[in-house]
Amino acid sequence: MPDATLSCLTLLGAWAVIGLVGLARPGDVRLVARFLFPLGAFVGAALALVALVGAAEPPSQLVLPLGLPDLPFHVRVDALACVFLFLLGSASAGVSLFAAGYFRSGEGTPPGLLCLQYHLFLASMGLVLLADDAYLFMLAWETMALSSYFLVTTQHRLPEIRRAGFLYLLIAHVGAIAILLCFGVLQGGSWQFTFDAMRSAQLEPKSAALAFLLALIGFGAKAGLVPLHVWLPEAHPAAPSPVSALMSGVMLKTALYGLLRVTFDLLGHPVWSWGLAPLALGLFSALYGVVFAAAQTDMKRLLAWSSIENVGILFTGVGLAIVFAGVGMQPLASLALVAVLYHAVNHAFMKSLLFVGTGSVLHATHERNLGKLGGLIRRMPWVAWLTLVGALAIAGLPPLNGFVSEWLLLQAFLSAYQVPKPFVGMLLPLGAALVALAAALAGYVMVKFYGVIFLGQPREPSLENARDADTLERVGLGWLAAGCVVLGLLPRPFIAFLELVPMQLGLIESRTIGGSWWRVVPVMERQAAYAPVVFLFVAALVIALTVLVVRRFYHARARRAAPWDCGFARLDARMQDTAEGFGQPIRHIFQPFFAMRRELPSPFDAAPRYHVTVGDRIWTLAYLPIADLVQRAARAVAWLQQGRIATYLLYSFVTLLLMLGLVL
Amino acid sequence: MSALISWLTQTLEVLAAIAVAPLFSGWIAQCRAWLQNKSAPSIWLPYRAIHKLFHKEAVLAESASPLFRFAPYAVFGSMVCAAAIIPSMGTRLPFSSAADAIALVGLLATARVFVALAAMDVGTAFGTLGARREMMVGFLAEPALLMVIFVASLLSSSTALPAISNALATQPFALYPSLAFTAVAFILVLLAENARIPVDNPATHLELTMIHEAMLLEYSARHLALMEWAAALKLFNYACIGFALFVPWGVATAEAQTPAALVVSLPILAAKLAAAGVGLALIETVSAKLRVFRAPEFLATAFMLAVLGLLVNLLQRASP
Repeated sequence: MPDATLSCLTLLGAWAVIGLVGLARPGDVRLVARFLFPLGAFVGAALALVALVGAAEPPSQLVLPLGLPDLPFHVRVDALACVFLFLLGSASAGVSLFAAGYFRSGEGTPPGLLCLQYHLFLASMGLVLLADDAYLFMLAWETMALSSYFLVTTQHRLPEIRRAGFLYLLIAHVGAIAILLCFGVLQGGSWQFTFDAMRSAQLEPKSAALAFLLALIGFGAKAGLVPLHVWLPEAHPAAPSPVSALMSGVMLKTALYGLLRVTFDLLGHPVWSWGLAPLALGLFSALYGVVFAAAQTDMKRLLAWSSIENVGILFTGVGLAIVFAGVGMQPLASLALVAVLYHAVNHAFMKSLLFVGTGSVLHATHERNLGKLGGLIRRMPWVAWLTLVGALAIAGLPPLNGFVSEWLLLQAFLSAYQVPKPFVGMLLPLGAALVALAAALAGYVMVKFYGVIFLGQPREPSLENARDADTLERVGLGWLAAGCVVLGLLPRPFIAFLELVPMQLGLIESRTIGGSWWRVVPVMERQAAYAPVVFLFVAALVIALTVLVVRRFYHARARRAAPWDCGFARLDARMQDTAEGFGQPIRHIFQPFFAMRRELPSPFDAAPRYHVTVGDRIWTLAYLPIADLVQRAARAVAWLQQGRIATYLLYSFVTLLLMLGLVL
Repeated sequence: MSALISWLTQTLEVLAAIAVAPLFSGWIAQCRAWLQNKSAPSIWLPYRAIHKLFHKEAVLAESASPLFRFAPYAVFGSMVCAAAIIPSMGTRLPFSSAADAIALVGLLATARVFVALAAMDVGTAFGTLGARREMMVGFLAEPALLMVIFVASLLSSSTALPAISNALATQPFALYPSLAFTAVAFILVLLAENARIPVDNPATHLELTMIHEAMLLEYSARHLALMEWAAALKLFNYACIGFALFVPWGVATAEAQTPAALVVSLPILAAKLAAAGVGLALIETVSAKLRVFRAPEFLATAFMLAVLGLLVNLLQRASP
């Protein structure tokens, strides 16, 4: 068995080589689509396998003779990295398979170049997870940001996509600065930027808190935590669907990885009160994201907002884990951490599945607007049924995977009353109420998403010609859907893999989550248990028996006729509920969240038009004033630029004088 | 021997739920008619309706997809599974170690999502409208129900419904203020989730404010029968959840789950159901239907009451 670090590096290298081969033949669609992308998927699956095996082994390190003269690259593989490498490899395998069928010519960028950007993006995400010093980490982090920027702006001829890309790049760099400063604090005066040095650095409580805060801002910006989320609903939908899938499914998780790495590994012993910040922001993001998702009318934007909700749930779990770890309730901290990691992997599969599903719809119909879709389950059964798995999973319904992680998180919340801090112990369980509300709203969002796209009657005549996905796309969708089902049905073996993380981080010494291969017991036997296999078996048995009994004792005759609709004969597709209509109750109930502009027709209009735009209050309240301030400051400074050489020479002279004054 | 008895209890409970559920609906309808000074329909009417529907030829809309045909079975299956989790007669149930009360809420949500998706499938105006309203009611009722269960699980430190019921039934009698709040919240959720007045009217057809019926308009024959049966089972399940949480006395507890105790528990369950039926009919008689716009306020009240119950419970813990 070769060293895990070396195998991971080789596989990441393989991705880079695949990208370069693509670059060598930029116009060759056949090579790129039929050979390079499936090969990339294979590499991803191999990476997932290596990570699955490598997690159980002790951390392995390697120093690479690359980089700057006195700054070699350090890489390290431990359980935490393995979990995220598994996530990257397994989810990207499905997305790459889908992408093989998806990328044809005419996406704006030549396919070979796209292949390079795509695989560099994958490799840099892997390198972020392997990095063991701040220098390599930042290098990989920036490569990831840049390659994804180019992928977002694939269709760079559209001005709104360029705008979305710019906003993304801007906030990514605000975050990167915060992360850089965080590493600056973490080195604690040793000026050693390896993670080993940071682990052993003894930080003052205040510097440690500052480092945590900077990490929360930096990684929160990448993850799309409210209020740093504004780029996410712009950038994720702008990218081609497989890239949206990677960005929502995988890239957001690298931010989670960074936060966990800094908090539980580099800082080591988090203070309980730190946890309240990610907890509060996470709960707010979860609710804010899902409420906005319910109001969207663009299918990819809807999914992007739903990602913000899921990021909120992840950060809530991180906050809970920090609180538990800080007050010395290590087994519960481990439970919350496992719930977070589980949800991260789940979300990678569910969200990627939904995004690539919308990609198929987009290819077949050239339409992203929910108001112009409908009835596709009859035209595109493969896409529709496979996407249904993702929709049910993300709505948190048993026995699929979304339910398992939310269930684990709720179990952790239920024990939160034991936290021995006044008020906090009392208020923490109320967080469960918000998680439950967000989860229930996710069900609403998914019924809207699925029902409006795939069910009902086609809202446009052109939809009658929609064609189902091709074979490779189906395989990709199938891989991701299978992931959702397997993770939902066999949680215990996967939890055994995830539990290696808290064990290696020193939170717990032995496994605390009990059960056998088919059954999970998160705290103790008496409190709760969940066995999805039995669950599914019983449900399937009941359904099969019902079908049998109904058909045997009665009959199975069925006749097709026009829809009844209370006897109304002139039914047409325009009479169905629209995406706007489906969002109406949410807009009504959560009115304070939205900056809404409505234009209502008057009764005398010859051609009545109803128009509603739903805006984000945070954008108008926080971002626009900042942008305004920056512009005004820039204009004020511009006064200095007189455009005459004499003036500039004067500036230099004054500066020199000042410097001399300082030195002497 | 004890394993055999627990399996027996499990089977008995599920079969009883399936068999008795339409009777419970019939009983409520009868009570309601009496209270409203009408001549009451037979208590067996729901059985006759189901039997009649099964005999008929199913008529499907031309645009109906396989999802539409599958949904009634999925919904009925979910409700039967839910009945297997709820301790209506005995608290030692083998299936409860596979799924706890949170899974029960998830199961009810699965059924709701399938009904709503099936309603959107044909693409009629009423169907999509009903689906939207049902999901609106659902997203507020589901967390409220979860909070109700949380309070009970904090009192019994378990989320498995039989364990909760067992703990509450065997504890020395005490008044829990938190349970009082949650009991009110639970009744509100029960009314909303089962399409009863004041949120919806089970006796309505062709009313612009209908929710549940609007979703079933396109169903006929065996599919409709299964949907109606599932709705009756859902009401029965909710009633039994209420008994398990708030009046757990009379069920065969885990230590004393003998055949004799089971035999005793059956008439007690019947008495509880009869009383619940009268209570439901009374609520439905004295209250008026709300406008659909007001339904969120009704449910938000339920959610807030449940959260308040949780807070009261935590406050009591903080000050012993």
